Amino acid sequence: MANKIEIENFSVYWNAERYLNSISLEVKMNEILGIIGPSGSGKTTFLRSINRMNELETGFKHEGLLSMDGNDIYSPDTDVVLLRKKIGIVFAMPVPLPMSIYENVVYGVRLSGIRNKQKLDELVERSLTEAYLWNEVKDRLNISGLRLSGGQQQRLCLARVLAMEPEVILLDEPTSGLDPISTAKIEDALNELKSKYTIILVTNNTKQAARVADRTGFFLMGDLIEIGDTRKVFTSPVKKETDDYITGRFG
Amino acid sequence: MRIFGENGVRRILMLTAFSAISALLLIALFILNEGLPFIFRYGVSNFLFTSEWIPAKGLFGIFPMIMSSIWVTLGAMMIGAPLGVAGAIFLTEYAPPAVMKIIKPTIELLASIPSVVYGFIGVMVLAPIIREYFGGPGLSLLAGCIILGIMILPTVISISIDSILAVPRSYREGSLALGATTWQTTHMVTLKAARSGIVASIVLGLGRAIGETMAVIMVAGNSVNIPSSALDSVRTLTANIALEMSYATGMHRQALFATGVVLFIVIIILNSIASTAIRKRKTYK
Repeated sequence: MANKIEIENFSVYWNAERYLNSISLEVKMNEILGIIGPSGSGKTTFLRSINRMNELETGFKHEGLLSMDGNDIYSPDTDVVLLRKKIGIVFAMPVPLPMSIYENVVYGVRLSGIRNKQKLDELVERSLTEAYLWNEVKDRLNISGLRLSGGQQQRLCLARVLAMEPEVILLDEPTSGLDPISTAKIEDALNELKSKYTIILVTNNTKQAARVADRTGFFLMGDLIEIGDTRKVFTSPVKKETDDYITGRFG
Repeated sequence: MRIFGENGVRRILMLTAFSAISALLLIALFILNEGLPFIFRYGVSNFLFTSEWIPAKGLFGIFPMIMSSIWVTLGAMMIGAPLGVAGAIFLTEYAPPAVMKIIKPTIELLASIPSVVYGFIGVMVLAPIIREYFGGPGLSLLAGCIILGIMILPTVISISIDSILAVPRSYREGSLALGATTWQTTHMVTLKAARSGIVASIVLGLGRAIGETMAVIMVAGNSVNIPSSALDSVRTLTANIALEMSYATGMHRQALFATGVVLFIVIIILNSIASTAIRKRKTYK
């Protein structure tokens, strides 16, 4: 399979302190790449580097190459707004925008200039269905997104990313605050979505990576320790640190 | 070191708190007691809606002052509110945090400049410019609007900034991550979420403008008339009280207290609107 995203010797600094050490990896087209590792290992920093969310905070510096379809993401010519439309992200904390469910889903699409009501309606139904949320909210699309439960809010956040029809979806511990049933729904959604999208899933839950990821990378203290097919990483890891982490003997 | 004990401390603090409230109550009672009988004796509509203010002849119509106060306040809002809100948006959403750290306290410092200084600048700088370029006496409604517009800036900017910063960061991130530009994020998400706080900032600015006395006396000209243009000399409600209090006696004095009653009621209404808006902002999150 072709590479969607290529990362070479990519390092990140916040106020001169290093958070990622020369990461190199590829993300293949239409795969789910799982990223595991303890808190503070640089997983989120890595993820947010890909759609340039990190630079919204002051003190961010980077080195190395990060490219999608062969185009340098950090090139001065890159249109960041367009980039973020192509690379959607779902954050760890589900945060719907303070507007209705419907408006949440069409928010990004409206900004891209689609105004046709019928088209938007179809898009809302399709995105919410893909996010396994449609049946729960179809009768109350006009209530505030903030009134949904945490699990529903997270699926709404996934739906609004899907509505943008991005090429890549970044998920930052999307189920960390959710109950097992909501988690299962999101994992089901991901399994179906990978035929259309390339997905990077950062998770604190190693079992989740084992369940849904095609390949898995293990981060520790800003280093990429190991990356490979999920089965291989989980059954016969090359590095001792990986083995310690996934068997829970860490620390 | 237990001089008072827990109970003693509590009593002393309670006394202090109540003395602040009772001062407010006393002032309110005093003004109402002096002003209300006059209003009813003279007639509410006679007092509020006739245009003759000739104390020597026993005529006390404050309609010109009401209109002047309204116009001066509206004019000040038209200058201060857009500038203030735009400034707050720039500082929170566009300027680097370092710039905000320097500029916000500087703007708040504007609030501590005595109003007589604003008035002085209005008389020495602004009035001659207006006289030269627009005509009229210079000391005018327009001068009052501009000076008041600047005076309310710190209120509008600083409360707007606070309410914009209170909007959760995650709203902005969510919007930006969906491919929105900074401006789209600002007006579709941030400003909507901060709306009640911004409204409160404008209403508090309004209260400040309508209650301001010294600067207005100095720059607005003070002749009693219903303004027909921005270049007319006007007298506001506050100016009316301050200008005539020193020599007023009898009915005249009571009429000035009655003017105070009108101001008092207007400002209480404005402040309750503002505090309702602020409360709404807090329950919102």
